[in-house]
Amino acid sequence: MLTNIHQKKGLQLVLGFAAGILFGFFLQKGGVTRYDVIVGQLLLEDFTVLKIMLAAVATGMLGIHALQSLKLVQLHPKPGSWNMAIGGGLLFGVGFAVLGYCPGTLAGAIGNGYLDAATGGLAGILVGAGLFAAVYGRIEKTILTRGDLKELTLPRLLKVGAWAAVLPAAALIVLALWLIEKAGL
Amino acid sequence: MEWLRLEHWSPYAVGIGIGILSWFTFLLSDKALGASTAFARTSGMIARLVGGKKVLENTYYRKFAPRIDWELMLVLGIAVGAWLSARLSGTFETSWVPALWAGTFGDAVGLRIATAFIGGIFMGFGARWAGGCTSGHGISGTLQLTVVSWVAAVFFFIGGIAAAHLLFRVIGG
Repeated sequence: MLTNIHQKKGLQLVLGFAAGILFGFFLQKGGVTRYDVIVGQLLLEDFTVLKIMLAAVATGMLGIHALQSLKLVQLHPKPGSWNMAIGGGLLFGVGFAVLGYCPGTLAGAIGNGYLDAATGGLAGILVGAGLFAAVYGRIEKTILTRGDLKELTLPRLLKVGAWAAVLPAAALIVLALWLIEKAGL
Repeated sequence: MEWLRLEHWSPYAVGIGIGILSWFTFLLSDKALGASTAFARTSGMIARLVGGKKVLENTYYRKFAPRIDWELMLVLGIAVGAWLSARLSGTFETSWVPALWAGTFGDAVGLRIATAFIGGIFMGFGARWAGGCTSGHGISGTLQLTVVSWVAAVFFFIGGIAAAHLLFRVIGG
């Protein structure tokens, strides 16, 4: 682990910015800074979003688990619950369709010149996040923790080693992408 | 370097690029790609400007302090990177109303901005409720095989597909 680099606060802000520039560059080249492409995916007419996400997940999964096997990185699975994932997921989904951007691609859309993202969209996300902060204290130990999954990962759920889950998962993703292409989507 | 000027790259090239980028964020920064926490921190910074220091006592902002961190820099970088890519390929354009929206709901700017605002509220609230977004859960969480992230990612799309069909096929159809 490159702990000495991780602890340099100023350097980390620069690295975050640099990673963002690359991320934004990729998103724009993929076309997903555009409303039409994102909503096209949700209308099941354009599968660009899913292709990008699944290719990123398979690539990231193999590399990060390899780095973990070499003890160069540690994983950061997010904690959560069924209620968070389903309730938050559905609310997010409604926002996904109505806004037509997600938080990362909204930033990319602003860079691309899309003013609906820069005005209503940005203001809405900030208000939504602020509203959540306002109610969080009342729901954190009740609604949000129901069906707690903690930081459970698939290998631990199945009681197998990491690679016994990673390799089949990556293979399934490649199969899914192949089927999407085969179906002409 | 002509490829930097191309309008589009294959979605697979883009996805593999993002996957490789995530190796480096884990390696160099001990961080996963994500975006929605940055919006929560920014909302806290704005609330602090308006409401003063008592905002910092909020349970949520004690957990996610309203300050500039790695992820907020990442989100700023996304805007810059997208701008750079758009300028290089000549696809930068300022527009208020997306074509797909205009085709169903017309090109009135006010209606589109109001809808984007309402959608944004759902998205900001929902992303923080879920504990992540299409990047944090959808890419970073799923690639770590986190169970909650896979469930969240599936429900992002269930909610999104249902709402998009309701909006464009029922209300607009």
